Amino acid sequence: MNRIVYLLVKNGYLSEIKYLQFCETIEDILFKKLSNKEYHMKKSELPDPFEKARLDKGYGIMNDQNDPVTMLLRHKDVRKSAHNYKTFQSGAQPGRIVVPSEVNIRDTRQIPFEVDPPLHGEYRAIIEPWFKRPLLPEYQEKLTAQISTLVDWILNKDSLEVVNEFALPLQSRALTLLLNAPFSEAETWISWGTHVFRSEGEALDGDKANILYNYIDEQIDRALKNPGDDMYSLLLSSEFQGKKLTREEVKGVMVLTFAGGRDTVINAVTNSISYLAEHPEALERFRQEPEIIGKAVEEFIRYFSPLTQMGRVVTEDTQVCEHAIKADSRISLCWASANRDASVFETPNEIVLDRKINPHVGFGFSHHNCLGATHARQILKILLKTLAEKVGSIEIKDCKENMEHLDEFERKVGFNSIHVKFKSLT
Amino acid sequence: MAQITFITSDNETITLEGKSGSVMALAVDHGIKGIDGDCGGVCSCATCHVHVAPEDMSKTGSASQIEADMLELDDNVNEFSRLCCQLEISDSLDGIVLKVAN
Repeated sequence: MNRIVYLLVKNGYLSEIKYLQFCETIEDILFKKLSNKEYHMKKSELPDPFEKARLDKGYGIMNDQNDPVTMLLRHKDVRKSAHNYKTFQSGAQPGRIVVPSEVNIRDTRQIPFEVDPPLHGEYRAIIEPWFKRPLLPEYQEKLTAQISTLVDWILNKDSLEVVNEFALPLQSRALTLLLNAPFSEAETWISWGTHVFRSEGEALDGDKANILYNYIDEQIDRALKNPGDDMYSLLLSSEFQGKKLTREEVKGVMVLTFAGGRDTVINAVTNSISYLAEHPEALERFRQEPEIIGKAVEEFIRYFSPLTQMGRVVTEDTQVCEHAIKADSRISLCWASANRDASVFETPNEIVLDRKINPHVGFGFSHHNCLGATHARQILKILLKTLAEKVGSIEIKDCKENMEHLDEFERKVGFNSIHVKFKSLT
Repeated sequence: MAQITFITSDNETITLEGKSGSVMALAVDHGIKGIDGDCGGVCSCATCHVHVAPEDMSKTGSASQIEADMLELDDNVNEFSRLCCQLEISDSLDGIVLKVAN
């Protein structure tokens, strides 16, 4: 390169001025690249680790406790396979469709999550109306009061660790509404820490799972003795195919309710806070145009994808992306990758608060789409609205990222801890 | 202003009047059975699936590619299927009849 430039200048093909302009252009590009890189280092950003594999071959392989998973990475494949419950089943050995697999730490089948159609639909019909209660005005009023109290409390603090001091209590208190359980129960759930099955540094924690199972057993006993208007009592009085739900079935629904909405909601709340800290203009926009909050929630769910993936067990020899998959092996539907597929989403790595067409799969897709989505959406909508009303700015002091190690991929899902300072809107 | 008629799966006929916004939002505001609009209208949930009366297809037009991809994997899809979150209310929709798909 140097020799070429030297010869060009020497022989008069390139004036020195032109040469200097050329250097300036190069410098300009470098500067832009560097500042672009710096932009990519924003704390609230969740990079997409799947892009190359998604474009090159469409899948990735992840080893997991000697039961490897073929991760489907493209939006179209993910949706088609989620829909095809006959070839890609959920009703396998309990715990096997979860990644990392939970077969070694539980036997209880989570319902309706680990049941295939048509039985799945019958179970789901029992609880669907209960999980739609977050649409009722009185439910939203209670949730607003809870979140408002919590936000008022954090405004008075010099420093706050969002995961444990904000997201976890928020999630736990909101869950008392979903279960129609006494508010005081939230204290017990908060004491369990941020994960029900997982604890820091250890993907699968059998002891933690036992805490939850024992607790649910006690609650079922209590509801059997004194039936009330909570979720346990509803389940115990419900019928499946003309027979009362068994204790094991009730337990299966409750375990799902606790586990499915724990670190997912916590990550969504925490990531929302970190995004708003680095984008104060978003708070201002929610104040000016509150009608976009619903769209912003969908966009946050797409971008954050609080649940990276969900597995299925393959029932027959098949193939995806020209890759052969044997019967009785596992695939996963990688929601986080599908949600960044540039063939579906324009500027997939950017949060567009009012993205109008947003066919994301952040709540899963088809038969098994998230049962708790109505509750989760209300939490986030009310949170964004409340923060916009009360918070002027948020400053991130320090943070530790929460990375998922998925063999060939490393995905940031949120934070293990993030210290911030909230400033009230004056 | 447009008058829009919904026929639910249990054959109830409800006619509503709307000025603006999406047909899905109009239906949800009036509690039309089978139109849930879970995602608020961004084309990600398919809980606002309707069958447009064949003679009204010229008024609504057909689904965009992203909408069609969504519908392709939904139950009860046919050539008259639309996600009504993608139908913007205007005078041109006046008089259409929509059968709720689920």
